[in-house]
Amino acid sequence: MKIKDHNELFLEQEYIEQFRRKKEFENPWPEEKVREVAEWTKTREYREKNFARRHIKINPAKACQPLGAVFCSSGFEGAMPFVQGAQGCVAYFRSHLSRHFKEPMAAISTSMTEDAAVFGGLNNMLEGLRNAYTLYNPRMISVCTTCMAEVIGDDLNAYIKQARDKGLIPEDLPVPFAHTPSFVGSHITGYDNMMKGILSAVTAGKKGGPNGKINIIPGFDTYTGNYRELKRLLKMMDVDFTLLADVSDVFDSPNTGEYRLYPGGTPLDDAADSVNASATIALQKYSTLKTMSYIRTEWGPEALVLPPIGVKNTDMFFEGISRITGKPVPQEIEDERGRAVDAMIDSHPYVHGKRFALVGDPDLLLGLLSFIMEMGGVPVHIVCTNGDKKFRKEAEGLLGESPFGREGTVYPGKDMWHLRSLLFTEPVDLLIGNSYAKFLWRDTGTPLVRIGFPLFDRHHLHRYPIIGYQGVINMVNWIVNTVLDEMDRKSMNTTSFDVIR
Amino acid sequence: MRQIAVYGKGGIGKSTTSQNVVAGLSEAGYKCMIVGCDPKADATRLILHKKAQTTVMDLARERGSVEDLEIEEVLLTGYRNIRCAESGGPEPGVGCAGRGVITAINFLEENGAYEADTDFVFYDVLGDVVCGGFAMPIREGKAKEIYIVTSGEMMAMYAANNISRGILKYAQSGGVRLGGLICNSRKTDKEYELISELARRLNTQMIHFIPRDNEVQRAELRRMTVIEYSPGHPQADEYRALARKIAENKNLVIPTPLSMDELEGLLMDFGILESEDAAV
Repeated sequence: MKIKDHNELFLEQEYIEQFRRKKEFENPWPEEKVREVAEWTKTREYREKNFARRHIKINPAKACQPLGAVFCSSGFEGAMPFVQGAQGCVAYFRSHLSRHFKEPMAAISTSMTEDAAVFGGLNNMLEGLRNAYTLYNPRMISVCTTCMAEVIGDDLNAYIKQARDKGLIPEDLPVPFAHTPSFVGSHITGYDNMMKGILSAVTAGKKGGPNGKINIIPGFDTYTGNYRELKRLLKMMDVDFTLLADVSDVFDSPNTGEYRLYPGGTPLDDAADSVNASATIALQKYSTLKTMSYIRTEWGPEALVLPPIGVKNTDMFFEGISRITGKPVPQEIEDERGRAVDAMIDSHPYVHGKRFALVGDPDLLLGLLSFIMEMGGVPVHIVCTNGDKKFRKEAEGLLGESPFGREGTVYPGKDMWHLRSLLFTEPVDLLIGNSYAKFLWRDTGTPLVRIGFPLFDRHHLHRYPIIGYQGVINMVNWIVNTVLDEMDRKSMNTTSFDVIR
Repeated sequence: MRQIAVYGKGGIGKSTTSQNVVAGLSEAGYKCMIVGCDPKADATRLILHKKAQTTVMDLARERGSVEDLEIEEVLLTGYRNIRCAESGGPEPGVGCAGRGVITAINFLEENGAYEADTDFVFYDVLGDVVCGGFAMPIREGKAKEIYIVTSGEMMAMYAANNISRGILKYAQSGGVRLGGLICNSRKTDKEYELISELARRLNTQMIHFIPRDNEVQRAELRRMTVIEYSPGHPQADEYRALARKIAENKNLVIPTPLSMDELEGLLMDFGILESEDAAV
């Protein structure tokens, strides 16, 4: 039997006829009216109404706290993410991450139902912990919550302690926890809360002499290529480090024909010893706010944020690492820098002066802004659904540092439907965003460069780093080739259709 | 920093008692904060001399999100620099008041309300522990010490016993302890003896017996604690005594709640409940 692809299937006469008949029952507005309203949504007048909207978000560029928490948990060796809440939520986290990485993803739900909402989720937690431990033999179970458990006020600390007292899980099994209500913050908040929960649990009582290592906290970073790049670069610098948390082998594991439930992650002993590192460097700020403040107050040594996206940022990253470790930056890395700068210069004529719209997480946007302006690109619309006032201030400060930043406006808390209005009323040349931004591409025709999370509709992008000088080359590649593809498309039937660009 | 939660039946005088105690502690030189955890938001009016303070949830409702609040807007300073916050909550009959308490306390924590040099934080918590949200003040890292305000009235004692059951649950898993019963006298029969006995059965103490005095009402009408309104009045000394006892209290226990039969038995022992009444 030949199975037809749905792209063709629905174009067949049978389906066309079916859609037509369906419309008779739908009693829709006349097509003329629909077109008229659709046109109106492209106007200034509609943009003002759109920006006055308060009580609804349309296509927000963010996910919820427990997704970030589950992602964070996955990056520790033998760790089982465990969610106190309803099943559907956990199915969503798993499918969301699986669709991005094209990898299986394990997480546990305590399957809370109506009775749990009334009586509290204690029994779900006790049964869940016992089952999880018995069936999956994890080395750590990291617990977070969904809205349901948060609204009824489940006390994770007390529940976990009871599970231990009743002997359902061993006394020495680390069970860190984080309260991660989905209705507060976003996936980056959840990542932060869980990271803080895990670090405070596994490092308890481990403070000893300095171990001569540094800690690197990547933040909510879904580029497995970034993790591998980081390891490659730090090895080249001969720096001893601990990655907290290393998701690279979890979401990019070799296919050996056998399924492994725990394919990698930061070894728990290393995580426990991270309290004795000589410094902690976070590569993102807004996804590590609470974790870094905890580290600063509880651990003592230096803790700073060095995001390595773009040339200047990467320079500062290496300078920082070099200063902290006393190790020089090797010639190979300087050569890589030279190659990245060369790539930028090669493509610069096609990117200079191009106007950009960007949508994504705060830390990613700050990195991209810095990089785009280095290329002579002009950021115009910067939409950050999960950004706050502090982010706006920081992004505006960054725009203010460059003559290319003068046209930029930062929109914290806005969504992609707001961005749609912006793109219609103040068009730009390029759009950078995740897969959901393709609807904006479809509606407005603005070419889309896919950088961010989630990336469902293009494969393997997450395997390519966007950090370091190699990341610069990758981003130059994606951006300039999108520009060139668009140029070819537009010049297809003209004398300008050229083989050399 | 000692964090203390005050529980008790609705209308028993938790807010009046805790504000007077805090006034007494401040007078003795301690730095104090009150966090009201009741949608009625009347836990700070005697300190702030206001009808009702703007609550965390009031402002969140107005702005659309708790993230848009600044700490100075909801953390006010009143009598003798006592700092006051109210969680607030939804209108009666809608929403989830318990979550309001969780949201408000998280907001205060994250925005640095718990300054390191604070000596006492008092949580004034709605009636009974009715859901997880109202247990927020006694969850990990917060109040470890609880006082129950009660009186010789049967329902107040019943509530005190019930709250002890809630404390028992949290005492087993965390470090929460019962510091004692505060008897806010209603002039019922053998009240002093009865509450002392109830305290003994609950494995705790009656830390203080506050006599009934109309001066409390007079001070309340002027939105003041007795200590501020009439510092020389004997009732002010009662609150000072209670404040001192709390400050010095080392008797922190895991309560041993009574069964309903035992509680009724206690009332019968004191001749308050006839055995035929109990059978009805």
